Amino acid sequence: MRPFTYTASTNKEAALRAFTTTSHYLGGGTNLVDLMKEDVARPDQLIDVNNLEYNEIVKNDKGGFTLGALLSNAATANNKDVRQNYPLLSMAMLSAATAQIRNMATNGGNLLQRTRCPYFFETSMPCNKRAPGSGCGALKGMNATHAIFGYSQKCIATNPSDMCVALAAIGATVEVQKQDGSSRMIDFNDFHRLPEDQPEKDNTLNQGELITAIHLNEPAFSDHYYYLKIRERSSYAFALISVAAGMQIKNGTISKIGLAMGGVAHKPWKLTEAEAFLTGKSASQANFEEAAMIAMKAAKPFEANKYKVDMGEKAIVRALTQAYERKY
Amino acid sequence: MPKSIFMKKSDKSQQVNTPDELTADENIILDAMGLSASSRRKFLRQVSTGSLGIYASSFFSSEVFAQTVQDLPEQAQILLNEIKVNLRVNNMVKPLAIDSRMSLLDALRERLALTGTKKGCDHGQCGACTVIIDGKRKLSCLTLAATCEGKEITTVEGLAKNGEMHDMQKAFVKHDGFQCGYCTPGQICSSVALLEEAKNGEASYVTEDLKNIKSGLKLSEEEIRERMSGNICRCGAYNNIVQAFKEVHSGDDVMPTWEFATAEQMKKAKNA
Ligand SMILES: Cc1cc2nc3c(=O)[nH]c(=O)nc-3n(C[C@H](O)[C@H](O)[C@H](O)COP(=O)(O)OP(=O)(O)OC[C@H]3O[C@@H](n4cnc5c(N)ncnc54)[C@H](O)[C@@H]3O)c2cc1C
Ligand code: SF4
Ligand code: FES
Ligand code: FES
Repeated sequence: MRPFTYTASTNKEAALRAFTTTSHYLGGGTNLVDLMKEDVARPDQLIDVNNLEYNEIVKNDKGGFTLGALLSNAATANNKDVRQNYPLLSMAMLSAATAQIRNMATNGGNLLQRTRCPYFFETSMPCNKRAPGSGCGALKGMNATHAIFGYSQKCIATNPSDMCVALAAIGATVEVQKQDGSSRMIDFNDFHRLPEDQPEKDNTLNQGELITAIHLNEPAFSDHYYYLKIRERSSYAFALISVAAGMQIKNGTISKIGLAMGGVAHKPWKLTEAEAFLTGKSASQANFEEAAMIAMKAAKPFEANKYKVDMGEKAIVRALTQAYERKY
Repeated sequence: MPKSIFMKKSDKSQQVNTPDELTADENIILDAMGLSASSRRKFLRQVSTGSLGIYASSFFSSEVFAQTVQDLPEQAQILLNEIKVNLRVNNMVKPLAIDSRMSLLDALRERLALTGTKKGCDHGQCGACTVIIDGKRKLSCLTLAATCEGKEITTVEGLAKNGEMHDMQKAFVKHDGFQCGYCTPGQICSSVALLEEAKNGEASYVTEDLKNIKSGLKLSEEEIRERMSGNICRCGAYNNIVQAFKEVHSGDDVMPTWEFATAEQMKKAKNA
C-alpha cells in the first residue's frame, strides 16, 4: 500500500476543506482499503468521516424515511422503520456480503463501491476504468460476469451493489455536500452512470462531494416485495443476476410497481418499460412473463454471458411471483 | 475406548485427561517420554493449548504475554505518516505509534503479540481475522488501526474470564469445531457476536418475516449457516461448528454428533 496521511474529521466543514484531488473519504473501508492494498486506489490522504453525525434514520418530507450516509449497512437493514416500511431494502442489504462486512460498510460507501471486474483489480491488465486509455481487458477476455445492457466499447463492467438495486426499485434522492458548503440533491436514477466514453466515472458526483443522506420515497411495497439474488453459492457472493421487485396490489391489480435488476449493467438497471407494462394490469403469471420478455428485449450479451438473458428473464418472473404470493 | 490422546468425548469441561482416562498405548507413550503425575498433566494441558490456539487466553494476561511482547522487534524509529493511537484491546489500553497504513490485524499480531487473530486472505474474503469492535463483529484486515481510537476491541484472547473459557470456546472443543484450527479464532469471535445479534432480534437474508421480529431469536440451522457464512473453513468443519453454536445458543447440552468407535465396533468393522 502506498503511504497516505490520515485525518479523522469531526465536522463536515473540516472534511470538505481537507479534500484535495488525491484524497478519499473513508467510510467502512471495506472497498477502499481492499483496493488500496491491491494498488488500484492510490490516495495520498484519507479523510475519515465516520465521526460525522450522519448516522440516523428519520422521517422525511416525501413521506418516507431518510438514511444517514454513515450508518452501517447492518444497522440500516435491521432498523425497525426500514424493515417494516422497506422490507425490500432490508432483504437486498442482508443478501450482501457477510455480517462482518455489513457491520463495517456504510450507506454512502455502498453507493460508491466499485466494480468487481477482475481486470479492474489486476494492475498488470488493461482496464479503462482503472487506467483510462489502456483498453478494456474484459471486452474480448473473460466476461461471463459482465454487462448485457448499456455498456460501451470502453467498458462492459457491472455495478456490484445489492442495496442499490433495491434503491432503484423503491426510488430515492441522494443528498451531497459540495466543497463550497452548499448541498445538492441527485435523483437516484441519475446517481450512477453508464460507461460511455468515461468508464473511470462510475457516478455523477463531482470531486470532493460528500454523501450525507439517502432520502427514500414514500413506502409502497411493504406487502409485496422480493429480492432475488442468484449467485454461484448460496451465501457470501456477489450476484450474477439479481432482481428487486416491489408491488402495490389492489383487488388483484398492480397499482404501483418498482422493478430493477442487478448484475446486468454499469448501474442498477431500472426496468422502466416492464414497470409501465405491469402498472394497472392484473398480477398474473402471464403478465409477469410478458413483462420479463419486455425487460430483456434489448439485452446484448457476449458469448460467455449469454446465460444472463435467459436467467434474467426467469429471475424477473420468479421475483414477481414471490413478491405476489409470499405472505410475509 | 477413546483413540486420541488429546480429545475425548467425556472431556466436557476441557479438563485435562487424568492418567486413568488414557489408553494403555497413550500411557506407554507418556511414560516413555518420562512424564508422570504432575508433569504429565502439565504436558497434556500444554499440548491441547498448543494444538488449539483458542486456549491462549489462559496464558495471556500472565507472564507469557509479557514475554512475547518483549520478544517483538523494537519499535521502528522512523514511521512514515505516524499516527498515535491508544488501542483498547481485551480491557487493556496500549498506546501505539503506527504507520497510517497499518491494519488493526497487523497491529494486534505484530505490535501486541495477540496472534490468536489470524490473517487468512487480508482482503475481507475469509473471516479469519474477525474481532469484536464495540460489540460488533468486524474484519480486522480491512480496519485501519488508526480508526480504532476510543473503540473497545475484543479478540479471541479476551473471551475467557477468570481463567475459564467462554462457553463458545468450550463448545468448539467439545464438538470438535475445527481441524487445523486456523479459522477457529475468527469462527469463535463471530459466533460470540452472533449470540448477541440473535438476542437483539436482528434479521438475515433467510429470515422469512422481516416486518415482525422479536428479540431473543431461536435460530434454525439454515439461519446459523447463513449468518456464519462470513467465516470460511478450509477444513470443512462446518457441521461441527454449527453443533457448537447450537449448543450455546439453545442452552441445551447438545451431544456431539460423532463418537469414538468402541473396541467392539472396531472389531466388528474389521471382520465385516
Ligand atoms: C468480500 C466482500 C464481499 C462483498 N459482497 C458484497 C455483496 O454480495 N453485495 C454487495 O452489495 N456488496 C458486497 N460487498 C461490498 C460492500 O458492500 C462494499 O464494500 C461496502 O458497501 C462499501 O462501503 P464502505 O463504507 O466500506 O466504503 P469505503 O470502502 O469506505 O468507501 C468506498 C468509496 O466510497 C467513498 N466514500 C465513502 N463514504 C463516502 C461519503 N459519505 N461521501 C463520499 N464518498 C464516500 C470512499 O472514498 C471510497 O471511494 C462485498 C465486499 C467484500 C469485501
Ligand atoms: S469492463 Fe470496465 S472495469 Fe472491466 S476491464 Fe473493461 S474497462 Fe476495466
Ligand atoms: S484475513 Fe480478514 S477476511 Fe481474510
Ligand atoms: S479448521 Fe482448518 S480452516 Fe477451519
